Amino acid sequence: MLQNAWIIPALPLLAFVLIVFFTHRHRALSAGLSIGAIVAGFIFSVTILFKVLGDPGPHEFYFKWLDFGTWDLQMGLLIDPLTAIMLLVVTIVSSCVQIYSVGYMQGDKLFSRYFAYISLFSFSMLGLVLANNFAEIFIFWELVGLTSYLLIGFWFEKKSAADAGKKAFITTRAGDLGFIVGILIIFFACGTLNFQEVFAKIETGAFAGGLVTAAAIFVFAGAVGKSAQFPLHVWLPDAMEGPTPVSALIHAATMVAAGVYLVARTMTIFAASETAGLVVAIIGITTSFMAASIALVQNDIKRVLAYSTVSQLGYMIMALGLGALTAGTFHLLTHAFFKALLFLAAGSVIHAVHTNDIQEMGGLGNKMRITATTMFIASFSIAGIFPLSGFWSKDEIVAATVGHPIFLVLTLAVAFMTAFYMFRLCFLTFTGTPRDRKKFDHAQESPKSMTVPLIILAFLSVFAGWVGIPWLEHGYSSFVYHHHPHHAEPSILLMIISLSIGLSGIGLAYLIYYKKSISADAIAERFKPLYTLLYNKYYFDEIYDAIIVQPCYAICDFWFWFDQRIVDGAVNGSATLTIWWSIAKRWFDDHIVDGAVNGLGYTVRGAGGILRFAQTGRLQNYALVIFAGVILIWFLR
Amino acid sequence: MSDAFLTNLTFYVLSFCVIAGGIFVVSSRNLFHSAVFLVFTLFSVAGIFVMQHAYFLAAIQVLIYVGAVAMLMIFGVMLTTQLTNVRLRHVNEQAWPAFAVCLFFLGFLVYGLWDTPFKISQAAAPAEVTRAIGTLLMTEYVLPFEVVSVLLLVALIGAVVIAKKE
Amino acid sequence: MAEATISLNHYLMLSGILFTIGVFGVLTRRNAIAILMSVELMFNAVNITLVAFSDFVTPAALTGQIIALFTIVVAAAEAAVALAVVLLIYRSFKGINVDRINFMKW
Repeated sequence: MLQNAWIIPALPLLAFVLIVFFTHRHRALSAGLSIGAIVAGFIFSVTILFKVLGDPGPHEFYFKWLDFGTWDLQMGLLIDPLTAIMLLVVTIVSSCVQIYSVGYMQGDKLFSRYFAYISLFSFSMLGLVLANNFAEIFIFWELVGLTSYLLIGFWFEKKSAADAGKKAFITTRAGDLGFIVGILIIFFACGTLNFQEVFAKIETGAFAGGLVTAAAIFVFAGAVGKSAQFPLHVWLPDAMEGPTPVSALIHAATMVAAGVYLVARTMTIFAASETAGLVVAIIGITTSFMAASIALVQNDIKRVLAYSTVSQLGYMIMALGLGALTAGTFHLLTHAFFKALLFLAAGSVIHAVHTNDIQEMGGLGNKMRITATTMFIASFSIAGIFPLSGFWSKDEIVAATVGHPIFLVLTLAVAFMTAFYMFRLCFLTFTGTPRDRKKFDHAQESPKSMTVPLIILAFLSVFAGWVGIPWLEHGYSSFVYHHHPHHAEPSILLMIISLSIGLSGIGLAYLIYYKKSISADAIAERFKPLYTLLYNKYYFDEIYDAIIVQPCYAICDFWFWFDQRIVDGAVNGSATLTIWWSIAKRWFDDHIVDGAVNGLGYTVRGAGGILRFAQTGRLQNYALVIFAGVILIWFLR
Repeated sequence: MSDAFLTNLTFYVLSFCVIAGGIFVVSSRNLFHSAVFLVFTLFSVAGIFVMQHAYFLAAIQVLIYVGAVAMLMIFGVMLTTQLTNVRLRHVNEQAWPAFAVCLFFLGFLVYGLWDTPFKISQAAAPAEVTRAIGTLLMTEYVLPFEVVSVLLLVALIGAVVIAKKE
Repeated sequence: MAEATISLNHYLMLSGILFTIGVFGVLTRRNAIAILMSVELMFNAVNITLVAFSDFVTPAALTGQIIALFTIVVAAAEAAVALAVVLLIYRSFKGINVDRINFMKW
């Protein structure tokens, strides 16, 4: 049964092929194929989950694709609890997003292509979570990157969208370079790329010390790129140029989670090196804090959510860095649902008012009831309010930081900021008086195809996290763990602290944006420099532009100059030389050769002109000459 | 006078006549004068033949050459008189070069022939030359004889045909 | 009675001179008939040579005389034909100035 799990990614791939080659013109058929494939995948994932619940495994099935003698390149499946969870997450979110897209992308002329790409992405992501060795995971890693590029730049006629796609691809590429180096180190040290075999080598200590640290950090570089951690986070906000369902699927729930999944999957490597773990955790919390601070002042609804994603990913990365596999992956699970919901709801709002700027929104709560309700639910969840999913997963993360004070403080600070900016967003969008009357009048609730997925995800945002309630005997923590199940005693104190922080964040937002008792503008004025810094995202884009992009352009300009002047100069120069040479030869031919030939002609003519007089036609002359000739001959004899 | 002296004298006189006649033939302005001098020359040549014991040939010379050929020449002169300006040159423009060439030619001949010793035979000439010639013509040289007669015939017919008025 | 003082060489000299005169006439004279006359002179010179040789080298065989005879005959035939041609030319060109007859030229 389990060895047939490859069908799960195969179905979306089949949908992709069919759409591209056959059903391109039939919109309904394309959408139907795509959705059908992913829903079938979901059903299958559920059966896999039940199987794995009974028999955790890990189960490995593979075949040798290429045999190199000393090692072989495998393609296979590795199914364990983590895999099962990831399969579920990906298929559920993908299904909801695809159903939502039917309504959102209606009328777009590239409708079928969109579903083709989404299916291809689903295939890539599902393949990634099923991979059993580094080579295979890297293949799917790249495929995910490719489809992400295609989907971000979906409306490629818009320059900003095309640029965003490029930025995403190039930035993640930088991370992938590190990933490849990491894979090479692992191969060099272990002689194999299979996960189980590598882990075994680490367990026995054959693969340890500086090598493991190096490998871990380089592999982590890939995760940094894909999961938009500092310093490669710059592509995620720009990636909002893509259609909102794409943002929901890829940049909230699945692709960015690939980095987290990678670290989780290769946890053994990170656990084996304290330094690596620390590096991971530091990057995680730094990213989290920085992104949350930027999200405080952004005005684009999707930007806020993008930075929120970066921040939450930072949480997960930090947790993994501190060794808490359970916490990290649990938050991954819950985050996928409520972040996807947030994006889809935002998409619904954008669909209604045709703008991303929250400064132009306001008072939409009454007009778009379902959207507003679900968005508030998701916001409560992300703020970590009891008893929603987010509360349980955030609590796990906080618990993981207990041994490390700095991390704890920063984590709580981030929690505060998260709550604040999320509710700032909600209040500004759905409450108060509308700031743009025309847009407001135009707005209406979205169609069923869009609201139904919202409801489904809201449901999950509330209840999905309940599998991780610490008092459960056989909850999440006994399912997904590293080495041994995490059965620490839940700390009520911690729960209360994190809850109160969340509530206070909400309260502040309430005061500023609902009651308007504290003016946001006054605060912005008071902290003007800080505000500017945050508003401009710490000037990261400008810095990167100056130190990377401009030098690249300069180098390109140099090579262009080189090609134009020197290479073309050489070519043109040789052409000019050839022309001169031919001119010289022409002159030579005209004057000397022709001169010789013509001269010969003239000479002959001249001689003939002279010699013709010898032919007088008179016999006596001839006779005289003959006679004289005879005399001459006699003379000479 | 001795025979030798007479013979020499005869030879030199006749030679002079021949040569003088020849010179006048080629250099006479008047064509008719040339014809007459030709006759004179031919006669002198006949005399030379007599000196060389070629009596029959001398007779033939007079008969044929003087009597027929020279006459023919004179007839020709008469028939083709050009009534033009008398001041025409009688020699063409290459007279002097031709003169030089002829001198050279003569020089060569003299050079070649003056001292060459030929095999002189001591046999005597036949007493009756004419009879001997007649005999030879009918025996040894009968073929050339016949051929020559055909030739004469041809020439006769040919001349008539050529000169016939259309 | 061959006389030692008048040897073969004398006759040959005579013949040579006459021949040369004839050649000069052929090359120089402008009238066709004058040329013919010069040719006759040349023939005669040859005849003298032939007879001289016959007289001194083969007196008994008379070879030279026979040949000279034939020469005379042929010369006569030739003179006849040549004069016929001259007459023809005279008719066509109203003159027999050989300078004018230069059609084999450039």
